[in-house]
Amino acid sequence: MGAQKKGATARVSEDPEELARHPLQAILLADSFTTKFRPITLERPKVLLPLVNIPMINYTLAWLESAGVEEVFVFCCAHSKQVIDYLESSEWSSQPNFSVTTIESHNSISAGDALRLIYERNVIHGDFVLISGDTVSNMSLTQALQEHKDRRKKDANAIMTMVVKQSKPSPITQQSRLGTDELFMAINPVTKQLLYYEDKAEYSKGFISLDKTLIADNPSVILHNDKQDCYIDICSQEVLSLFTDNFDYQHLRRHFVKGLLVDDIMGYKIFTHEIHSSYAARIDNFRSYDTISKDIIQRWTYPFVPDVLCGSSAIKVERQGTYRASDVTLSRSAQLGSFIFIGQGTKIGNDTKISHSVIGERCTIGSNVTIEGSYIWNNVTIEDGCQLRNAIVCDGVILKSGAVLQPGVILSFKVVVGQQFVVPAYSKVSLLQQPTQQDSDEELEYADSTSGTGELRSDKLNGDIAPDLSEIASELGTGGVGYIWKVFEGAYDEEWRHSVAPIPTDKLVKLMLDRDEDEELLTQDGNIISASGELKTDSDGNGSEDDDNEDSRDDYVSFEKEVEATFLRAVHENVKVDLAVLEVNALRLSYNMASVDCGGAIFYSMMKLAVESPHNSASELHRNAADIVTTWQKLLKSFLHDIDEEIEVILKFEEMCLESAKEFAALFPQILHLLYDKEILQEDAILRWADEKEGADESDKVFLKRSEKFIQWLREAEEEEEEEDE
Amino acid sequence: MPDTQALVNDFLNKLKKRKIEGSQATAKQTAELLRSVISQTRMPYTNQAAALIHSVKAVGERLIAANPVELAVGNVVRRVLHIVREEDLSLTTAAMAGLNLSAESDDEDDTDRDNHPALSAAAIAAASRSTLRPPSLQTLLEDVPDSAAVPHTSSSGGDSEGKSKSADKSSRSRKLKHDVIEAVNELIQDISTCHELIAEQAVEHIHQNEVILTLGSSRTVLEFLCAAKEKKRSFRVFVAEGAPRYQGHLLAKELVTRGLQTTLITDSAVFAMISRVNMVIVGAHAVMANGGVIAPVGLNMVALAAQKHAVPFVVLAGSHKLCPLYPHHPEVLLNELRSPSELLDFGEFSDCLDFGSGIGAPLLHVVNPTFDYVPPKLVSLFITDTGGHNPSYMYRLIADYYSADDLVLERRTTSGN
Repeated sequence: MGAQKKGATARVSEDPEELARHPLQAILLADSFTTKFRPITLERPKVLLPLVNIPMINYTLAWLESAGVEEVFVFCCAHSKQVIDYLESSEWSSQPNFSVTTIESHNSISAGDALRLIYERNVIHGDFVLISGDTVSNMSLTQALQEHKDRRKKDANAIMTMVVKQSKPSPITQQSRLGTDELFMAINPVTKQLLYYEDKAEYSKGFISLDKTLIADNPSVILHNDKQDCYIDICSQEVLSLFTDNFDYQHLRRHFVKGLLVDDIMGYKIFTHEIHSSYAARIDNFRSYDTISKDIIQRWTYPFVPDVLCGSSAIKVERQGTYRASDVTLSRSAQLGSFIFIGQGTKIGNDTKISHSVIGERCTIGSNVTIEGSYIWNNVTIEDGCQLRNAIVCDGVILKSGAVLQPGVILSFKVVVGQQFVVPAYSKVSLLQQPTQQDSDEELEYADSTSGTGELRSDKLNGDIAPDLSEIASELGTGGVGYIWKVFEGAYDEEWRHSVAPIPTDKLVKLMLDRDEDEELLTQDGNIISASGELKTDSDGNGSEDDDNEDSRDDYVSFEKEVEATFLRAVHENVKVDLAVLEVNALRLSYNMASVDCGGAIFYSMMKLAVESPHNSASELHRNAADIVTTWQKLLKSFLHDIDEEIEVILKFEEMCLESAKEFAALFPQILHLLYDKEILQEDAILRWADEKEGADESDKVFLKRSEKFIQWLREAEEEEEEEDE
Repeated sequence: MPDTQALVNDFLNKLKKRKIEGSQATAKQTAELLRSVISQTRMPYTNQAAALIHSVKAVGERLIAANPVELAVGNVVRRVLHIVREEDLSLTTAAMAGLNLSAESDDEDDTDRDNHPALSAAAIAAASRSTLRPPSLQTLLEDVPDSAAVPHTSSSGGDSEGKSKSADKSSRSRKLKHDVIEAVNELIQDISTCHELIAEQAVEHIHQNEVILTLGSSRTVLEFLCAAKEKKRSFRVFVAEGAPRYQGHLLAKELVTRGLQTTLITDSAVFAMISRVNMVIVGAHAVMANGGVIAPVGLNMVALAAQKHAVPFVVLAGSHKLCPLYPHHPEVLLNELRSPSELLDFGEFSDCLDFGSGIGAPLLHVVNPTFDYVPPKLVSLFITDTGGHNPSYMYRLIADYYSADDLVLERRTTSGN
């Protein structure tokens, strides 16, 4: 603590020893720059939303304070006034050895903008902790800071340490328990350097691609999918200047981290620090709000739990994780289940059942009410017979008797739900109809370009906020006030993922089935790619147009085109055969094809060239083909190593005759003979092709019949040979 | 007094965040804080003791509220209040004795005194009260020059009479403050030396070739065992590891470095080993007025095992751990639930805590209580810095340290919040 005075006198200095004496600073972003908590965040900033009855920012500040941070810069953007007012009236403005300074901005639309502004202010003088105001943690910073400083001494490019924690993603939904997408990180297990970061992997593909150099440059790499990003970063000053240099960096992870990882010119490095016994998580969406609330109630965040933060005389922990304030009026017949929080001044009526829920201060709850897994904030009135399941109910809401909230409902401030009205699952209800009517600074909370306007109601014409009572009444039953926000079709799929309600079982079952199908598909794909001449699969894959694996099909078509272009260039520019072989091989590698595909593709290009070169009769065409085959036989031969590949060429030819180059249909036996003569095809290959075709449909046998004579001749020749041998 | 205010806030914060561990450290810091609060308190002319009591109480209440589980805070606050009351009483007694003395010896002053009948009436009343209670020798001795000075100044002139009164007052107020601070210093000294006082008694309890069992880690126990070792006693120690914090490991390490024959066992092996044990010696978090013990989790099990095999169960506790409250007192928080991460790894169990699937309610509940309550009938002996005591004698010992007024008052103020 005594370091503060010394630090104030010693200004910015490059000497690490000097730097170490600065008071530890932190930047707290009191704005998430997303729209995930709408419609609630239209009226109140996210960091002031109560999490188990305490505003989120209190958890963050309390942690920073206990972790030894001495100076915090709170960056306020959306609803900045509310945040500043709150901080000024709270205990945080008068703490010894812990100063909270607010920085206000009205035109920042991303974390990048915020950090650029802070850089301009020139208030950060050393290493700092970068955190957003919705993070709950109880980790100790000492070790992470020490590691960061030690690394900095050795390597000035180690500018950031990211805190990660183990957390297994659900194998079914591909999302973490916090409702975020599965995160892939490649970490060097020795140095803990972060090498790869992907939080938006495309599951439809079923694979992620890593840069080759990643594996080439590092002796060992571990790819994790069970790490959770805690969004607590220990940064050096360079981070701020980097943001200023790269004015297009907006998102901390998507742009900054990924940008640094791919940029090898500057050579900046990011490292990770894994925490084991302590807790850290960020509230990103409604699902994480639910999860983290439950973690707090289960005391994973100790000592940042309600009874410690509020003082044990105000709130007491009872059996089965029940937190109760001192002056709750509870009916004798009310049934309180496990894991609940009940705030001060709340009244609960007869036969009301409550479980797994948080109920704020001064709420009035009537008789025969059922509340399960819900979050009810302050001053809420719930009349008799209501049912709430997995809902969030903001301040001042009134539920008239018999109202029902289905899972995932969000009721924003002061909404009134009419009698007996059933609010459908996943609805978001707000008094506000049009977010654009808000003040300019409040607009920032949802100014994110990715999903900014998606949820807006189409009827923007209605210019005033004053609710049109007749219309609203119809939306929320008799006496109800509020608008049910419409959800667009595309977004509906996301609703259940990020909602407070658990994922419905039918969704899980469906996902499980989908996943099984995906896996089948994957194995099929795998076969095609790795096939080394397995005839059946390959012919299936290439033969039928409407195959499942469109991707590989597309790949093959474009590969064929490339090969053709290469071949034509070779013909026109008189490229040597060896070079052509090399080029085709390069193509084969880049498209991840087998050599059998090359054979087919080259043969296809040859025949196409023959057809396209001027000719009048079938015999001229035959001559053309013969010329080309003679010239380029070596090229073709170098991709046909065994019989299977040769058979593939015959099949390819057959296909061509049927579809693209029907002129060859008549010449089929002759060309076959030509290929035999030039020793491109062995007689075994032709005979096996004939044998296989023997059992096929009549329509497939057209060419077999045409070349019957040739085959007959081949067979006889063979027999003669055998006889001679004998 | 912005300085103490900052100190108080700082300490409150530490208590709140559970940054101070161990009752001895807490007790010592509380006493030191209260000492500075007392020294910063401005003394009015009348009823100084009440002013001191008021300011100590105001701070004390907040300290207790900050961490009600740490009973040592409340104990020290009550001890300091008791000290203030005692010192005030003895000072008044001494002053009365001095007044009487001066009235008898100096006849000139009698007229002056008669001008203030109220004072002399009070003085007489106090003097008559003081006869019921003998003043301590020390305060009597210290008071003599002071009270002697009073008649001297007043005799120099009639006008300076008021001045002399105020001088007398301020010297008395300084006196009270001074005495209280002295006494608090003694208390701090007591707290920091309680280990030694307890350890001195070790040889009387540990005999040659005995087997001692303990659980978890306690500094008092460590000192106690080492003191016996230094007196050339040879004995063996079984240390139960004390899950989930495993502080027994640390104790075992420490004992081995001091050259004691140590065996480390799991908590669950206590019952299996108890038949070989001659005595169980453990530390405590707090000792309640009924002789019950609030102790690290797992000790009740050890106490029951000891009772089953008739092994003496000895609890070591410094006097700052003696709590004047009873365990059934509504304001006593017997326990604190700590983070489940001490029991299991969050990452490994994160799939069990996924509320997104299933019924959305946690199926896994991890409970991690910090303390156990050991009822008095399971305790054979308490060893405090004043010697060994029977559990049934604890209430009497406690009455020596605390005044009954403070107990009642504490309850009222806390419930009033």
